[in-house]
Amino acid sequence: MKKLLVAVALLTASYYLPACKSGPKDADIKTEVEAALATEPGYAGVSVAVAEGVVTVNGEVADPGSKSGLQSRVESVKGVKSVKDNTSVAAPPPPAEPVIAADDPLTKGVNDAIKDYPGVTATVNDGVISLSGEIKSADWKKLKKSLDGLRPKKTDPTGLKIK
Amino acid sequence: MALQDKYRELLDAAKTAGVSNFQVIEKEGVLYVDGEAPSGAVKDQLWSIYDKIDPNFLAGDVVMNVNVAAAAPGTKAKVTTEKSNLNIRKGPGTDQPLIGKAAHHSIVTLISKTNDQWWLVRTDKGEEGYAYAEYLTPEA
Repeated sequence: MKKLLVAVALLTASYYLPACKSGPKDADIKTEVEAALATEPGYAGVSVAVAEGVVTVNGEVADPGSKSGLQSRVESVKGVKSVKDNTSVAAPPPPAEPVIAADDPLTKGVNDAIKDYPGVTATVNDGVISLSGEIKSADWKKLKKSLDGLRPKKTDPTGLKIK
Repeated sequence: MALQDKYRELLDAAKTAGVSNFQVIEKEGVLYVDGEAPSGAVKDQLWSIYDKIDPNFLAGDVVMNVNVAAAAPGTKAKVTTEKSNLNIRKGPGTDQPLIGKAAHHSIVTLISKTNDQWWLVRTDKGEEGYAYAEYLTPEA
C-alpha cells in the first residue's frame, strides 16, 4: 500500500514539474538581476520589474558609463529574454564650493592674528583680507599661515611691504 | 585648471605625504587647498613648496588651510614664542581678559582645541585658559 502511495506521489509530481522547466521564474530572475546590479554603486537608484522573462529597469543611474553597461549586465542573467532600459542618467553633482568665513568672525580672527605684528594693518571685505604696512619676510610667512587658517576668500598682500 | 597646473608640485607633494581629507577647489582665481597633515613636518614642507612656487605668497592666489591632525588631549606642548611669555586668556580671542601667562619655552598641557587658532591649555602652574595656537608646538 505504501509503495502505491509513493508511486502516486511521484506521478503527481512529474505531472506538475514540466511547468517549471520552461526556465527560471520571474521572481527568481528579479532577484538575480537585482544582485547583478547591486555590485555596482552606480545602480543604487534603479528598480527592476520582470514579466515573463522581460526585464524592465526604471529609475536613475549615476553616470553615462553605468547606463551603457546596464543592458549587457542584465542580459547576462539566466532566463532574461529581453531588457527594457527606461533609466535616465542623474545630473552630475555641482562642483564643490570653498567654505568662506563670514566677515565678522573673520575680522575677529584677523585682529587676533595681526596683533603681534605692529607694523601691519588689515581690512576684511566680503571675505577678502587686504593687508598693508610693513613686515619681515619670516614674520609674513607665519602670519599668512594663520590668516589662511581663518578660511578667507583670499589673502591679498599687494599693499604689504615685505622686507 | 591653470592654478592647479601652477601648483602641481604642491598638490602632488600633499598627496604623496598622505594628507587626509585632501580637497582642492579652484574658484575665481583662487586655489583652495584643505586637508589634515599627518605631522607638523609635512605642513612645513607644503608651505615651503608653496613659497618656492610663489615667493612670499605675493600672488595671493592660494588659500592653504592644511592643519596638523588634532593632538590628543593631554598632549604636552611647548611655548614657542620668540622670547616673550604667552598670554593665557579667559576665552578664545584677544578681546578676552588675561588670566595668566605661560613662560617662554615652558611646557603646557593641551586640554582641547577650540579651533585652529585657539587651544585650551593648562600651564605648569595649574592655570587653565586659552592660548594662541601659533605659539604652541605639540611635543611628539
